Amino acid sequence: MARTEAPTGMEVVFERPASLVEVPTHYCPGCGHGVVHRALAEAIDALGIQSTTIGIAPVGCAVFAYDYLDIDMQQAAHGRASAVAAGVKRVLPDRMVFSYQGDGDLAAIGTGETIHVANRGENILMIFVNNAIYGMTGGQMAPTTPLGMKTTTTPFGREVAAAGHPLRITDIVATLPGTCYVTRQAVHTVAAARRLEKAIERAFRLQAERRGTCFIEILSACPSGWKMTPREANDWIESHLTKQYPLGDLKTPAP
Amino acid sequence: MTHATGDDIRLMKGNEALAEAALRAGLQAYFGYPITPQSEVLEYLSLHAPEHPGTVVLQAESEIAAINMVYGAAGAGARTMTTSSGPGISLMQEGLSYMACAQLPMLVVNVQRGGPGLGTIQPSQGAYQQAVKGGGHGDYRLIVIAPSSVQEMVDHVFLGFELAERYRNPAMVLADGALGQMMEKVALPARGSLPHATPPWATTGKPKERERNVVLSVFIQPERMERQNLILQEKYRRLRETEARCEQLQMEDAEIALVAFGLSARICQKAMDLAREKGIRVGLLRPVTLFPFPTAALVRAAQTVKAFLTVEMNAGQMVEDVRLSVEGRRPVEFTGRMGGMVPNPDEVLAKIEEMSARLRSRAGI
Repeated sequence: MARTEAPTGMEVVFERPASLVEVPTHYCPGCGHGVVHRALAEAIDALGIQSTTIGIAPVGCAVFAYDYLDIDMQQAAHGRASAVAAGVKRVLPDRMVFSYQGDGDLAAIGTGETIHVANRGENILMIFVNNAIYGMTGGQMAPTTPLGMKTTTTPFGREVAAAGHPLRITDIVATLPGTCYVTRQAVHTVAAARRLEKAIERAFRLQAERRGTCFIEILSACPSGWKMTPREANDWIESHLTKQYPLGDLKTPAP
Repeated sequence: MTHATGDDIRLMKGNEALAEAALRAGLQAYFGYPITPQSEVLEYLSLHAPEHPGTVVLQAESEIAAINMVYGAAGAGARTMTTSSGPGISLMQEGLSYMACAQLPMLVVNVQRGGPGLGTIQPSQGAYQQAVKGGGHGDYRLIVIAPSSVQEMVDHVFLGFELAERYRNPAMVLADGALGQMMEKVALPARGSLPHATPPWATTGKPKERERNVVLSVFIQPERMERQNLILQEKYRRLRETEARCEQLQMEDAEIALVAFGLSARICQKAMDLAREKGIRVGLLRPVTLFPFPTAALVRAAQTVKAFLTVEMNAGQMVEDVRLSVEGRRPVEFTGRMGGMVPNPDEVLAKIEEMSARLRSRAGI
């Protein structure tokens, strides 16, 4: 793949990561998936693990993650990316393996796999992109949808009586002894995206040391589903979503 | 199957023989979940896998998780297997559909129990149509082979892996609770007789010199999805053309052909002997592959026999494929038991005698 050539007397200060394919994006304007993909690619490049990393794409908008990441990948059934990742890791224990799932995928239909993969301490990285909604199917309520939020299946706003409470699955995962690093990040600001990249690098390093399951939740905008502009969506993450899902480490490994 | 003189002869339970065969066939990863009447497979592998270093055996949290772990391991190029029964096999159908589309080789063993619903733990053949018609969503087929002895519980593990890998397609051994639980003498092939190499399409990590490998079952453009379907259909055509297997017993002079697979064929063999003692010329056609179905063998038999009698441990499922094969050339009748009940050879004999009497009166004898 052609790399950026700097004109004489100038230096390259920004370029596409080698692990990211040069193709137009299918994601909506303001969607967080592209930023998460880039953070993953940057972490993979920084660690030099492109040839040893295998990713598992979910069902949902990120089903096409393999169109963007220049690594070997598998596409899993809805909710089962972490089980597929466990299957890969068990037969290729010296490779880096990550699953990539949304909130409907990981915290609704795939809750069982999420809990048991983490409880067995499968030595993988679970990427959990939380946009509080089912994006690909058109904006239905997710287990993570905050109370009061209007979606196509909670047209009057989510109410506890009918739909129960927003699920903080990352908090549950952090209680499991099989996990070693559990953190909640975001991609609504440049600084947040930088922190995410560092968190992913840290998780891969821990995987190389066979320390157990690493789990990174990422608050991410879905302007189309939220019926907001990209700017409004990122602001809403700061003003509302981080209140429901506070950012930061929930569990860090013992040194 | 013929066996080399170095074979290990043992008296074994069907489920355990199957598990031992899998280890000797070079099983690299097994993912399973307990369900009667096949739990011994998971138990045996848990106990004996350590004798085969590097072999992964994992008790999953559900059949859904198990089949998706198989998907991951198969996609990573490993020789992999799961086993289940009844409700567990139903839960695996989505995963099997994905693997059929993604063209992942793997072996799934269904030690059938009586249904529908939670049903019973007794033997049944009620999953015939689920097994041979696809079972999950979309146009796909599994390679389905049906053992009728503990020896074939061993042989079909080897055959299943071989066909699955040759055709890049999931294969199913369709057994039943009786075959899983009964003990018979078996010859176990030596380990290493079925070579395995990591396939070039497997997701093992992308070296610089090749394009990335992607294992997927999503082709969002309908033109591309249709092309994938055509690739699968062409594969199924080749399977039908070259891999159909059918055992034939005493068909040379038969006027009634029994058609039965698996345990039912064992019962039919006894019924055939009883009928011949009474002077009724009965033969037996035993489909060994259920997909591809041995249509040609049935078409040939239709030229010589007067009638067919299909015997199954279900309400009459394979009989539909027998009728499709025979295409009205000869009458095709059915007898069977359901819900975990195993037919008695005398019941089959009574049906044979009734058919024979009708044939003779029609012929004016």
